[in-house]
Amino acid sequence: MSNLLQFSICEALSLLEKKEFSTKELVETYINAIEKTKDLNMYLTTCFDQALEQAKVSDQNYLNGNQRFLEGIPLGVKDMFCTKGIETTASSKILKKFIPTYESTVTQNLWKEGAINLGKLSCDEFAMGSSNETAAKGEVINPWNFEEKRTPGGSSGGSAAAVAAKAALAATGTDTGGSIRQPAAFCGVVGLKPTYGRCSRWGIVAFASSLDQAGPITRNVSDAALMLQVMSGYDPKDSTSSNKDVPNFYNDLGKSIKGIKIGIPEEYNSDGISSDILNAKDMTINFLKENGAEIIPVKLPLTKYSLPVYYIVAPAEASSNLARYDGVRYGARIDGNSLDEMYENTRNLGFGDEVKRRIMIGTYVLSSGYYDAYYLKAQKVRRLIKNEFTEIFKQVDYLVTPTTPTTAFKLGSTQDLLTMYLNDVFTVPASLAGIPGISLPIKLDKNKLPVGIQILGKDFDEQGLLNVAKVIETCASFKDTPNGAAS
Amino acid sequence: MTNADQNLNYISGKTGDWEIVIGLEIHAQVLSSSKLFSGASTEFGKDPNHNVSLVDAAMPGMLPVINQTCIKQAIKSGIALNAEINKYSVFDRKNYFYADLPQGYQISQYKYPIVGEGSLKITDANGEDKVIGIERIHLEQDAGKSLHDQHPNKSFIDLNRTGVALMEIVSKPDLSSPEEAASYVKKIRTVLRYIETCDGNMEQGSLRADCNVSVRKPNGDLGTRCEIKNLNSIKFISQAIQYEAERQVEILESGGVIDQETRLFDTSTGETRSMRSKEDAHDYRYFPDPDLLPLELSDSQISEIRSDMPELPDQLVERLISEYGITKYDANVVVEEKEYVHYYENSAKNRDGKLVVNWMTSELFGLLKKNNIQFNQNPISPNYLNELVELIENKTISGKIAKDVFEIMFATSKSPKMIVKEKGLEQVTDDRTIEVFVDQVINENKDKLKEYLSGKDKLFGFFVGQVMKVSQGKANPGLVNQILKSKLK
Repeated sequence: MSNLLQFSICEALSLLEKKEFSTKELVETYINAIEKTKDLNMYLTTCFDQALEQAKVSDQNYLNGNQRFLEGIPLGVKDMFCTKGIETTASSKILKKFIPTYESTVTQNLWKEGAINLGKLSCDEFAMGSSNETAAKGEVINPWNFEEKRTPGGSSGGSAAAVAAKAALAATGTDTGGSIRQPAAFCGVVGLKPTYGRCSRWGIVAFASSLDQAGPITRNVSDAALMLQVMSGYDPKDSTSSNKDVPNFYNDLGKSIKGIKIGIPEEYNSDGISSDILNAKDMTINFLKENGAEIIPVKLPLTKYSLPVYYIVAPAEASSNLARYDGVRYGARIDGNSLDEMYENTRNLGFGDEVKRRIMIGTYVLSSGYYDAYYLKAQKVRRLIKNEFTEIFKQVDYLVTPTTPTTAFKLGSTQDLLTMYLNDVFTVPASLAGIPGISLPIKLDKNKLPVGIQILGKDFDEQGLLNVAKVIETCASFKDTPNGAAS
Repeated sequence: MTNADQNLNYISGKTGDWEIVIGLEIHAQVLSSSKLFSGASTEFGKDPNHNVSLVDAAMPGMLPVINQTCIKQAIKSGIALNAEINKYSVFDRKNYFYADLPQGYQISQYKYPIVGEGSLKITDANGEDKVIGIERIHLEQDAGKSLHDQHPNKSFIDLNRTGVALMEIVSKPDLSSPEEAASYVKKIRTVLRYIETCDGNMEQGSLRADCNVSVRKPNGDLGTRCEIKNLNSIKFISQAIQYEAERQVEILESGGVIDQETRLFDTSTGETRSMRSKEDAHDYRYFPDPDLLPLELSDSQISEIRSDMPELPDQLVERLISEYGITKYDANVVVEEKEYVHYYENSAKNRDGKLVVNWMTSELFGLLKKNNIQFNQNPISPNYLNELVELIENKTISGKIAKDVFEIMFATSKSPKMIVKEKGLEQVTDDRTIEVFVDQVINENKDKLKEYLSGKDKLFGFFVGQVMKVSQGKANPGLVNQILKSKLK
């Protein structure tokens, strides 16, 4: 076989089954690709020896016809997932050399079905950021126009970049306010944030518990369906995981979308949105029309409150979730003359600026005297935003919006944090409402950077969401490859 | 309550009487084999850090899962305290940093506790019933333990207790004296032990109390309160309250003001001292724990527990009084511990309940205390106490002999019938035999007989004593009296 990197999961599975190539060859090809793309700084840790061992098992299973659902598929894992025996740092100095004795439910689900772990992918520290610039081990470089050193987005920047650069066949991500969808858009790949509760959070380093959700980042929509199939499911160890049945996400792909109603929210047209992105949205609307969908303009007036609500709720939860990194039991410890001094030293050196900033915001909004004005009010508005989506989904089946207001910007170019936070303006509402969303690439902009479109659906309707995405994907026929990708 | 009753509780100061106002927060460890949010064992006395799960150690990505047993236990406790069970309750995070608090927050219940208002009946200084209001009961995690005395410059942490379920039972400020506070804690402990939701073991820390104490002029406005933290014995609770109330009176009478603060009780000096002032109070930044959904209970869940409730102490007292004809005081003593009741009911079967309760609470408890033996190590089985009382009732032995038999039973665990038989202690009720004893005594004491007949009536007692002595205590005292009287005419 010439270049194994070109195949999607679906293709690779069928070729492995036909013994066109072995899992060992596939894994070796990816190890090689990871070496070649090292300059993009995507992997924090690799586990090639373990991956090659697993490949032997997979090859044996193919030989015996006992292959599992994702047998032999080499994946990258965002460093937010705890992986047994493999350093897990959440891209933070405070978790340096932390080696979990346990495996997150989502990754365990993947390995149980035969997928193979290539290593851990960089992200923003504790998934806090939209540019991967807050990672302790330095920023990841977007493989698109890599010489221009653009951001892959964040926080799952390493995951999206690795899938785009062909340094992983697919990757896991986590999305709290857009951390799967925004980097997927910036890197020209597919990113799916499932409904809150669809995937277990057990073993995923917590950022904001009521928003965090794991999901796949893949080359195409079908691969996303396959990955989600394996990643999802009720987990008694996560009280917020849903016990709803996991349907077969893959089988329905390609079903006609004739007659389905697509809402186009007026509000997702913020100032400063580029004409390329608006054009991608129009293209998408046309694809949908051509396939018989009904396009309905809708209003989501509360959308404008999403960012302020998000930047209260997420830091509040984070300030509490990150209290456990105190130098007492694991991770980094910088000694001091008293317990308080040890805490201060450890947390001062262990956390980066963005994490500290959010801990401070979170601590502030939960403080007595401010709780009602900030946290409580934000939770009330969050409920209204959720209700607004529930109402709109009585009129339409899906919503289509741009994923981001801009395409990938240059690393180091955003000095202004508010501008950075605004990057999540289109992705945050779905996170607050807990509904599923998917981003897929439509075209390249004038700078040859991918433009993503986001589709949002009702709670637990990932199946329908994937189906609409598949239709758009087929029409858009986005085939470009970044110049930074391995070949 | 009348004013006369209240006065018993007042502290008399230089400026007149002062009333003490006390509210208690009792932390009762929930009886369950595993912790509130993890599967780790709650067994006491294990090596440090033996009962610790990944959740308890707050490893990254670990999540709490509620232990349904603990929920049931809290509901049961609520029902036993006549309290409202809240069908909707929420677990909140109480955030603060400490080395033995791995998560950096304690999961507790703040705005929406699982149990609402209730009440508990206690006995006040006059022996009258007094109803103490219960404000709420909420569930929360215990913290770990910091050991500062194991190394010259290091502290050690033991997480065995981390995450163990506690019920915090908050009273209304209805208690008016250290004695009432003690009686309240005792009663709570009894109730919880009855329904088996807490083992009440205060030495092991299964039941601890924080006391809020303030003083005021009788029926005046409430004074500023101080909270005395973490008292783990009933004695310390009353001592600490007494000291604290007197301290406050002294300050107020000398023109000072009470600072609202948290205080610690020094068990060696019997004094309380300041731990932190209100200004230094933590801001716990409570907010609903996003890892846990609100706890919603169904009516059927609650009614199932309600229908399965064992007999409660107050109900038992009523029943013992009516069924066995014992006094309220005695009934209260018996009901104090579930095992007492069990013992009492078994030993009182078909017997005179009053007689049994006397033997149990004076003789048996006396011997146990004297010999420093725990009740569960009691050498006398309820069957044998029953047998002993039977022997008294059917006059086989006298009450006096019974005491001797009882002591032998205590020492040997033997059956009283066997002891009486072996030692030939049966009471002599045969007129003729007694007549023989009487004649012997009269013959041997001619001089005393003379004196008696000449009017020294008091000597009658002497003759009774002598007859009893001659019969080795076995003669039926009634018959001895009767026969002596006829012979001494």
